[in-house]
Amino acid sequence: MDTLVLLLITGLGLGALYFLVASGLSLIYGLMGVLNFAHGAFLTIAAFLGWEAGRRISDGTWTGLAISALVGILVGATVAVLTEVLIIRRLYERHIEQALVTVGISLAAVALFEGIWGTDPIYTDRPAWLTQTTEILGARIPNDRFLLIACAALVLGGIVLFLRRTRYGLIIRAGVENRHMVTALGIDVRRSFTLVFAIGGAAAGLGGVLASVYYGYVSAHLGSVLLIFAFIVTVIGGLGSLTGAAIASVLVAVLQQFANFYLGGTGDLVVVVLLAAVLLIRPRGLMGKAA
Amino acid sequence: MTAKSLRLVIGGILLVVALAILPLLAIDVPGVLPGPTYTPGTLQLLAFALLIAALALTYRMMFGLAGLLSFGHALFFAAGAYGLAMTLEAFGPAEWPSALVFTVAIAVTLVLGFVLAATVGALALRVTGISFAMVTLAFAQAGSVLIRRNPGSATGGDEGLALDTAHVPPELVGVVDTRNLYWVALGILVLVYLIVLSVEKSRAGHVAEAIRENELRVRVIGLRPYNVKLLVFIAASVLASVAGMGYLLLQSGAAPRIATADFTLTLLVIVVLGGVGARWGAIVGGIVYTLLDQRLTALAGSDAIAALPDILRVPLSEPLFILGTLFVLVVLFLPGGIAGLPARIATGRKQHPAEPEETVDA
Repeated sequence: MDTLVLLLITGLGLGALYFLVASGLSLIYGLMGVLNFAHGAFLTIAAFLGWEAGRRISDGTWTGLAISALVGILVGATVAVLTEVLIIRRLYERHIEQALVTVGISLAAVALFEGIWGTDPIYTDRPAWLTQTTEILGARIPNDRFLLIACAALVLGGIVLFLRRTRYGLIIRAGVENRHMVTALGIDVRRSFTLVFAIGGAAAGLGGVLASVYYGYVSAHLGSVLLIFAFIVTVIGGLGSLTGAAIASVLVAVLQQFANFYLGGTGDLVVVVLLAAVLLIRPRGLMGKAA
Repeated sequence: MTAKSLRLVIGGILLVVALAILPLLAIDVPGVLPGPTYTPGTLQLLAFALLIAALALTYRMMFGLAGLLSFGHALFFAAGAYGLAMTLEAFGPAEWPSALVFTVAIAVTLVLGFVLAATVGALALRVTGISFAMVTLAFAQAGSVLIRRNPGSATGGDEGLALDTAHVPPELVGVVDTRNLYWVALGILVLVYLIVLSVEKSRAGHVAEAIRENELRVRVIGLRPYNVKLLVFIAASVLASVAGMGYLLLQSGAAPRIATADFTLTLLVIVVLGGVGARWGAIVGGIVYTLLDQRLTALAGSDAIAALPDILRVPLSEPLFILGTLFVLVVLFLPGGIAGLPARIATGRKQHPAEPEETVDA
């Protein structure tokens, strides 16, 4: 029983990380048709700069972490907006080329980060509470899992509220549904492209800082590892669907944890099999719109 | 045969002959090659470039001809390298002569590559577009994880797998024989080129091209896109595993790096850099990329770079940063890649004529 609870909550924590990356990916793809390979780079740069800011002001305390998170969110959003405005905007409606430039950005960014911060992971200090455990139903759960889950829930709630209650949210939802109709109605849908990049970048930035808490280190490859799973989550959940991304994140991460524990560390393989199975049975994903 | 295609054929043969006699000459290109062309180090680099060119050619057949954006091509290259290394190590009845064991191992690897390609292709091609890319990525990721996990000590994990030279012909082992390996690499490139050419010129190749432009129309005409795409996928993948076998012999081992998604992305970079519109673009792209990568690495370690201030030194000492940036610039400003340059210069047009305007549909 306690193992079950531990695996479940750890899975939820990992799922929270996946969701923070996948939410942006899914929105960006849904609205613009861009598969954003640079998303992992947004996450990594936010994690690095967040860590640099946090340790300079107050290392290993809650203040430090809060500053890291704030810097991470800002950096993620800024870098994402810059990428969109300076590079991706030049290639509107050319989806393959857009995906290609983001591939180029991700390769260059990882190399640059390695050049600046080195190839080895840098271990980070965390507030003491996060390194302790709490007992729930006999299972000793590391506290950082709760932080991750709470943050992801907040982000999910925030994005859902934004999409449902604001005018820009309405335009984004309509754009995901049918971009040409929105354009035909005289709304400049391109402005919401930048907005979606900012939201996705901010979520990824927060994800970067939280990933450094979860793994206990920052490294140039933090983003690339998470990105592959985030892609898988996005596709399983259905491209363009936020709810789908949330459900798929939890599903993938929990399944991964259980397979790693009960099936001898085969978590990654099981996820791949799940992806193949979902795509073959239901190519548009769990919650995706019909192709 | 028209006069133009005759000229092309003769030009191609002359080029291959020129490349073939390169190991016998002492051409020194300072800054591009590490030494004169007869030295093993240079030949090793050139042979590697030729193999990457062959691999890029197979990738272009999928991406450029049939429009299949795969993120899993590295899987088949790795399957060739690891497959041959593992069959050579695992099997080989003592009473058989080495040459026979070597040939059988190659045949077994080819069959393995074919089965793998047919399985992955048959599954992945049931979906299209981005989903196809994701399924291939997932399979490649699974392969990469398997190789790193080192099941039964078969793949050597992170350290890679060294080539068991017991059954390899002695002409293909050792530094002195690098030029034989160079000829093998050249042979593989020519072989791959000829097969790719024949596939592209076949009826199936024309259908594949039509599918890239408009799959629905092909369907309406009454053809089955699935079968043709599967054929192209299998052909490209098996050829990739041939290149992988060449890689194993050349490097005397296989490293887990060649199975990663990053390696496939590198291929994508090469093909786009060279130009998707032409076969020779992939070859030029592969050679240019490999030489650039090698020379930039050498440059990164040079004193001239070490003396620069940090803000210049850090980016310049990362070859992938320069290549990634170059790639972004090519996609933005030079859509036809290197292969598109002559036409751009000739016509002065901004848009590469061979590049179709993509139809708008999300």
